[in-house]
Amino acid sequence: MLLIRCPYCEEERPELEFRNAGEAHIARSANMAGESDDDFEKFFFIRSNPKGIIYERWRHMHGCARFFNAVRDTVTDKFVMTYKAGEPKPSKLPGVGK
Amino acid sequence: MSGAFRIPGAGRFKQAKTARFSFDGQSYTGIEGDTLASALLANGVHLVGRSFKYHRPRGILSAGAEEPNALVEIKRDAARKTPNVRATVQELYDGLDAQSQNRWPSLSFDLGAVSDIASPLLSAGFYYKTFMWPKAAWKSLYEPKIRAAAGLGVSPDQPDPDHYSSRYAHCDVLVLGGGAAGIAAALAAAETGVRVILADEQAEFGGSLRFESGAKIDGQDGFAWAQAAVAKLAAMDNVRVLSRTTAFGYYAQNFVALVERVSDHLKAPGHDLARERLWQVRAKRVVLASGAIERHMVFADNDRPGIMLAGAARTYLNHYGVAVGRNVGVYTANDSAYAAAIDLKKAGVNVAAIVDLRDNPTGPVIDEARALGIEVNFGRAVIRAGGKLRVSSMTVQPKNGGGERTIPVDAILMSAGWTPSVHLFSQSRGKVAFNDETKRFVPGTYAQDCVSVGACNGTDGLSATVDEAYAAGAKAAKDAGAKTAKGNKPKVDASESWSRGMLGAAPGAGPDTTVKAFVDFQNDVTAKDIRQAVHEGMRSIEHVKRFTTNGMATDQGKTSNMHGLAIAAEMLGKPIPEVGLTTFRAPYTPVTFGAIVSHARGPLFDPTRRTAIHPWAEAQGAVFEDVGQWKRAWYFPKAGEDMHAAVDRECVAVRKTAGLFDASTLGKIEVVGPDAAKFMELLYTNPWEKLEPGRCRYGIMLREDGFIYDDGVVGRLAPDRFHVTTTTGGAPRVMNHMEDYLQTEFPHLNVWLTSITEQWAVIAVQGPKSRDIIAPLVEGIDMSDEGLPHMSVREGKICGVPTRLFRMSFTGERGFEVNVPADYGQAVWEALWAEGQKHGAAAYGTEAMHVLRAEKGYIIVGQDTDGTVTPNDAGLDWAVGKKKADFVGIRGMARPDLVAKGRKQLVGLKTKDPKVVLEEGAQIVEDPKQAIPMKMIGHVTSSYWSENCGRSIALALVAGGRDRMGDTLYVPMPNGVIEVEVTGMVFFDETGGRLNG
Ligand SMILES: [Zn+2]
Repeated sequence: MLLIRCPYCEEERPELEFRNAGEAHIARSANMAGESDDDFEKFFFIRSNPKGIIYERWRHMHGCARFFNAVRDTVTDKFVMTYKAGEPKPSKLPGVGK
Repeated sequence: MSGAFRIPGAGRFKQAKTARFSFDGQSYTGIEGDTLASALLANGVHLVGRSFKYHRPRGILSAGAEEPNALVEIKRDAARKTPNVRATVQELYDGLDAQSQNRWPSLSFDLGAVSDIASPLLSAGFYYKTFMWPKAAWKSLYEPKIRAAAGLGVSPDQPDPDHYSSRYAHCDVLVLGGGAAGIAAALAAAETGVRVILADEQAEFGGSLRFESGAKIDGQDGFAWAQAAVAKLAAMDNVRVLSRTTAFGYYAQNFVALVERVSDHLKAPGHDLARERLWQVRAKRVVLASGAIERHMVFADNDRPGIMLAGAARTYLNHYGVAVGRNVGVYTANDSAYAAAIDLKKAGVNVAAIVDLRDNPTGPVIDEARALGIEVNFGRAVIRAGGKLRVSSMTVQPKNGGGERTIPVDAILMSAGWTPSVHLFSQSRGKVAFNDETKRFVPGTYAQDCVSVGACNGTDGLSATVDEAYAAGAKAAKDAGAKTAKGNKPKVDASESWSRGMLGAAPGAGPDTTVKAFVDFQNDVTAKDIRQAVHEGMRSIEHVKRFTTNGMATDQGKTSNMHGLAIAAEMLGKPIPEVGLTTFRAPYTPVTFGAIVSHARGPLFDPTRRTAIHPWAEAQGAVFEDVGQWKRAWYFPKAGEDMHAAVDRECVAVRKTAGLFDASTLGKIEVVGPDAAKFMELLYTNPWEKLEPGRCRYGIMLREDGFIYDDGVVGRLAPDRFHVTTTTGGAPRVMNHMEDYLQTEFPHLNVWLTSITEQWAVIAVQGPKSRDIIAPLVEGIDMSDEGLPHMSVREGKICGVPTRLFRMSFTGERGFEVNVPADYGQAVWEALWAEGQKHGAAAYGTEAMHVLRAEKGYIIVGQDTDGTVTPNDAGLDWAVGKKKADFVGIRGMARPDLVAKGRKQLVGLKTKDPKVVLEEGAQIVEDPKQAIPMKMIGHVTSSYWSENCGRSIALALVAGGRDRMGDTLYVPMPNGVIEVEVTGMVFFDETGGRLNG
């Protein structure tokens, strides 16, 4: 069971309290109705599914109930960092080489 | 006397009480402190089981958790029968009842042993090759026969009456393994004051100090030192000591699962004791001190009962005081077997000969063996064992060939060396490294905050082990935050040291032979099988493993993996690390389902939710159904009524007079705030801004892909307050969906969401008399059609308590839903029920509710929709705001495939024979005479007998359904084809006049 740091509670809590909510930083268009078929496909269906660093959304379901973002390595399952929803995608990751 | 092979003066249980036990119905006597294995050996019993595939007689190989052969069934009573218990782990208690397994009719005469003679048929890969064709025969013939003939224990046939418990624990330093290394590490860590947990799988701590008679620490015998050290640890406040506790799984971030055997060793465990306890421990640092496991020698017929690991024989002697024979032979490629021979010789057991594969080994143990008068042979091999139910001889030959000599023996002690137990290290995702000099895989690259010490780290010698472990324990404590250390390192005064041994098949079991030289005892894999796998093209050890099943039994190849690997490497002409070691996976040893499930079974498996009105329904004799976690009243049968009659009566009563229905399980969410209407506009397809306070609207929620996600009636209580209802099953995911959008996509909206499902009990009163029933109890609400029209909501009082009174209908009748605080739910229900009785109202359950709504063509999300249905498909286009610029699903709904012609649309179906009720889920075709497989154009989603319509009714999703009105379609069923007519979805009161009736 993983330990996940909730950036709102500022505490590491067991995975049981959290729920994954899919890939992060996929913005919903401000002009949703006007999106092309291709753009909608990219927005709704296409996910990066990387081997290595992934940016994903989690919810502290059985805690503060807030959604936040996390950087995780899909190979080691290690959480590199977590940060609040709405904060920009981090450009530099602690402990991760280029 | 507790067995003829118990040696007076030997062993550690001199004052122990005797314990009687039975094995295969025969009574024996052992002593408390014995394992079942030591007690059987004390009585001269070596034959304890039959092997998996060939049904060969098998004895006791080991004295620990690695045991592949001695698996028995332990029976306490009819329900408490545990198969596949390792006799080497099961502690003896007075009255223990054990049975051998996998034999028929008896252990000494087993008909299944025919498969030993027919063994060419059963060689490696036989499952794949022999039984692949014809496919049908696999199910009816091969599999049942193989399962009956080859197999281990028999599963219990009654529910497990024992209880199991489960605990979470946190610590700074978790030490796994309680031998010299583990104890030293735990001492070093504990002395700093950090929280330490020390666990060992054995009943007593000490590990190999149980048999190492040459060990002296701090001036004491090694085993005595271990007991004193553990007693000291156990007395410390910051230390938890767990014996009989096996760490079986090492998961992410130092999360380790252990199982503690709480009462399997007790004669009559009290009911207050769990059978086992699961520990889930999160540790800042983990010290792995899991030791090493001795390997057997791979030679012909090395599985005969009486042939065992040298270290095990030594444990039986030094710990249990049991001689494993009276005239033993030794076959080794390693010094440690000499120590066993020496100890046995000193205890008065005749050692017929030591056969050492090595050419000219030297060392103190060899000198000592010779000095004791033991015959020592170098450069020779045991090429075969004699005897069947018990070994009777060993045949010795120079390893490069030459004259054979057969030596009578009643036991053979063997040692091919020791394999570091890297199982938990490997589970932690650490990468092992091969030491070419010692031919061992040892911990290489670590993936977690752990450290390996002692034999599992490839460290030889007690002194080096204790030094390494003590330093590692101190460092682990420091890394976990310890400030000061103030202990003394244990001083090793005397120890034994062992050299390396060998891997693979011994001479006489080489490539040109067909002998049965076992590599994996539990799965009956021989050296020849491994070679055959390579010969047939397997190149990776992972393939060899699956083809031969080497290492795939419940012992996970603890004794066999390295031998199998070495044989494959030799055949492939590659170095061992290039062939690779298979990955170790949890569990280290088998774990019961009971320990994993713990209390989460029966009523505690999942929470049960009951409404405030549940006790009333129960008292009325309602039959309940499970809807998610809820118990819902399904129907209320009167005396003599079956479900059909009860539902018919309830349905008629609602339309004739009135019915009361407990709708409390409906999901309810309050959407509050200055931007509440804006939020509702974005989350639902409907327009909300212009909905006046006090009015209600049926809302549809989509996912972004344009498919229906949920629906429900929404009341606007105030400009900034909506009372939203959801489906019973959908409440949590709708709340999650709303929170997701509010927190991440629309955080600029000033809105709060609150789940109020549990706060309000909901009583639906439906039918022409509904207003007459409610009105006398209501205060402060104008109950006229002008004051409270259909689809409106008012706040006021009922029976003196606050209510949110909705005028709405899920039946098509004039109807109300009375929301009251849940604590008043039953009282208000009873008051309404009393009023209802004056008008002949009935209570109705979920089945009648379903029928009544289907008569009106009202859909149920999740029954009439399945996650691929758009509002248009469901005939709900009217509920989509055409002028809205945005809502969740607006773009998905417009995807080409979702607006294409021929999509499945919801329609009504009427069977040509009105008495026939269709089956929900039944498929629909255009032409019943077409060839099979037929083209299916849709399926029935809802189907009921409608007493109000006097016929059956159904809803269905049918391709292009709305263009097929009046068409005849067909529903092929096993008993014939049913003819149906496509109709609209409303079967009753098409004009809707009864809403105000
Ligand atoms: Zn939180």
